[in-house]
Amino acid sequence: MPVTARMPETTDDPPVRKLYRSADGRMLGGVARGLAGHLGLPVVWVRLAFLGLFLAHGPLGVLLYAAFWIAVPLGVGGRSQEARTLFETTSDGRRRLRKPDRGQVVALIALLVGAAVFAGTADLGGDANRYVWPTLLVGVGVVLVWRQVDNARRAQWTDSGRRKRLFQLARGLAGVALVGMGLTVFLLVRGSVAQLGTALTAAIAVLAGMALLAGPWLVRMSQDLTEERTMRIRAQERAEVAAHVHDSVLHTLTLIQRNADDPSEVRRLARAQERELRNWLYRPEGTGKDEADEPDTLADAVRKAAAEVEDKHGVPLEVVVVGDCPLDEGLAAQMQAAREAMVNAAKYGGGGGAVQVYAEVEGRTVFVSVRDRGPGFDLHAVPDDRMGVRESIIGRMRRYGGTARVRSAPGEGTEVELEMDRSEEADG
Amino acid sequence: MTTVGGQAAGGSAENGQAAGETAEQGQAAGEAAEQGQAAGEAAERRVRVVLVDDHRMFRAGVQAEIGRTDETGVEVVGEAADVDQAVTVIHATRPEVVLLDVHLPGGGGVEVLRRCAPLAAAGENPVRFLALSVSDAAEDVIGVIRGGARGYVTKTITGRDLIDSIFRVQEGDAVFSPRLAGFVLDAFASTDAPPVDEDLDRLTQREREVLRLIARGYAYKEIGKQLFISVKTVESHVSAVLRKLQLSNRHELTRWATARRLV
Repeated sequence: MPVTARMPETTDDPPVRKLYRSADGRMLGGVARGLAGHLGLPVVWVRLAFLGLFLAHGPLGVLLYAAFWIAVPLGVGGRSQEARTLFETTSDGRRRLRKPDRGQVVALIALLVGAAVFAGTADLGGDANRYVWPTLLVGVGVVLVWRQVDNARRAQWTDSGRRKRLFQLARGLAGVALVGMGLTVFLLVRGSVAQLGTALTAAIAVLAGMALLAGPWLVRMSQDLTEERTMRIRAQERAEVAAHVHDSVLHTLTLIQRNADDPSEVRRLARAQERELRNWLYRPEGTGKDEADEPDTLADAVRKAAAEVEDKHGVPLEVVVVGDCPLDEGLAAQMQAAREAMVNAAKYGGGGGAVQVYAEVEGRTVFVSVRDRGPGFDLHAVPDDRMGVRESIIGRMRRYGGTARVRSAPGEGTEVELEMDRSEEADG
Repeated sequence: MTTVGGQAAGGSAENGQAAGETAEQGQAAGEAAEQGQAAGEAAERRVRVVLVDDHRMFRAGVQAEIGRTDETGVEVVGEAADVDQAVTVIHATRPEVVLLDVHLPGGGGVEVLRRCAPLAAAGENPVRFLALSVSDAAEDVIGVIRGGARGYVTKTITGRDLIDSIFRVQEGDAVFSPRLAGFVLDAFASTDAPPVDEDLDRLTQREREVLRLIARGYAYKEIGKQLFISVKTVESHVSAVLRKLQLSNRHELTRWATARRLV
């Protein structure tokens, strides 16, 4: 089951080139990056331009930026739309962090310098000077909170992990705290300290009341939203796979009708289709894999080998796997040997019904048996070609430090047992 | 080897009873079992069967394969396509064995088992269930077993093996397909969780060996030869595993069962 890279429906390449704020690689609101992408300029230039505006006529630069921020929707402007999958979680559930680009770091430093310069030079005379710092504080707080809201919107097409969510929460709180601090400083500067107590108490009381009233509702709403979103994504995925499966079922039925007079081909087709369907129906959530993918665990490897042999030789193989572990070099060799054994069983023992394949991981030992109910043979009177294959099974297992046993008697079918210890570093 | 004592019947009202019978049946069925498993000797054996499956084609196929009573000894006395029908037909005909599909409209095979529990627990001529499914899902398989079925086979089974399984269920034995054996080994795999009930939550070494051989595709006779025990002993091991499967509160089993809303 491949997880396809889907862009969200809101950002299907629009026919008209629109201006979007960039959702990634941004510093504040993504305005500069979005503009840069839109105009085809390096993002540093745009940032410098804003900074210049900001330094030259402070309010103008800020106002312009803020206006853009509010008016321009968040999208994927300014970044080449490289195919990024929805869920970029690796198999062990870790997410890779992208390194920040140097432009960002430079811009951040520039911004800080600019702010400091502005704070230092803005000599608005007498009284007003004292308001600069509180204003800055409030401004930074507001910016933080706004980014927060942006992120909530952005989360529609990036799934955010728990840690990230905590970080966002912290950021939001920090923003609120900064705004509060700024306002407090305002009050301190303007009025006397005596009034501060009453004002603060009143404010806190009002805030607490609002939180109590609106809190549960907000929490529930956000929970509902998240739930609804995951459900939708899952349903979408399933619908896609279902469509694919239905399609291939129809194909198979057509082929079966065409090959109705070739029983072995019909059997092969039906069996392959059955496998695909089972794969889709009964594999646990999240382990959906295409048969084309390279397997990385033992169970997958055994199933894949059996599937290939089944397709090639038209003999059903029933696979039972108990436990699972990651593949290492020795186990890969064991899989090769098991595959040889399966091919043999299908070739010589397929007449006796399904070939039974059993694999078990117990502690450090991996055991595989392949058993057919064919005519069997006398081990001491084997034709050369079978001898060669047997050597390739037994020899291969020995080379990698495992063991192989072949048991067969005329009329009793054949069984190959392979045992191999897992390497120490592979722990699963 | 542990015998299933009468005290087991005092356990769960639904399953304990069935497990209690296994002991008596096991003794009685001894001679029958010694005769081997060939369906060829079916002439003197008779069994009354009800087919429960929502696919008419499949019912017709099974009927054609096993329903020739003179040859097979199997007499199909009724058919049903959903839960309500099945309960009605089973109560009306009182068959010895019910071939039960896991997925059925109206609540699935599990629901049939639940509503026929009194019949399954009857002292005289209990109705026994053999689950038959195309499903590979562990919770389905473990679910019907915990619901009281005496065995589980996949629908790809050959007619001969199916007849064999039906007679074995009639005699009170358990029938494990290789796949079911695999699931059970998985469910009882060694975990760090301490067993709640030492007797029920662990498989003995011998039981493990038997299950492993079943999963590898061995017939009971071959298993006996391999482990130097009689077929009867193999059967009693399998019955013991079945009982553990139905009564254990092991986390995995309970999880699978709750997935099917059985607990």
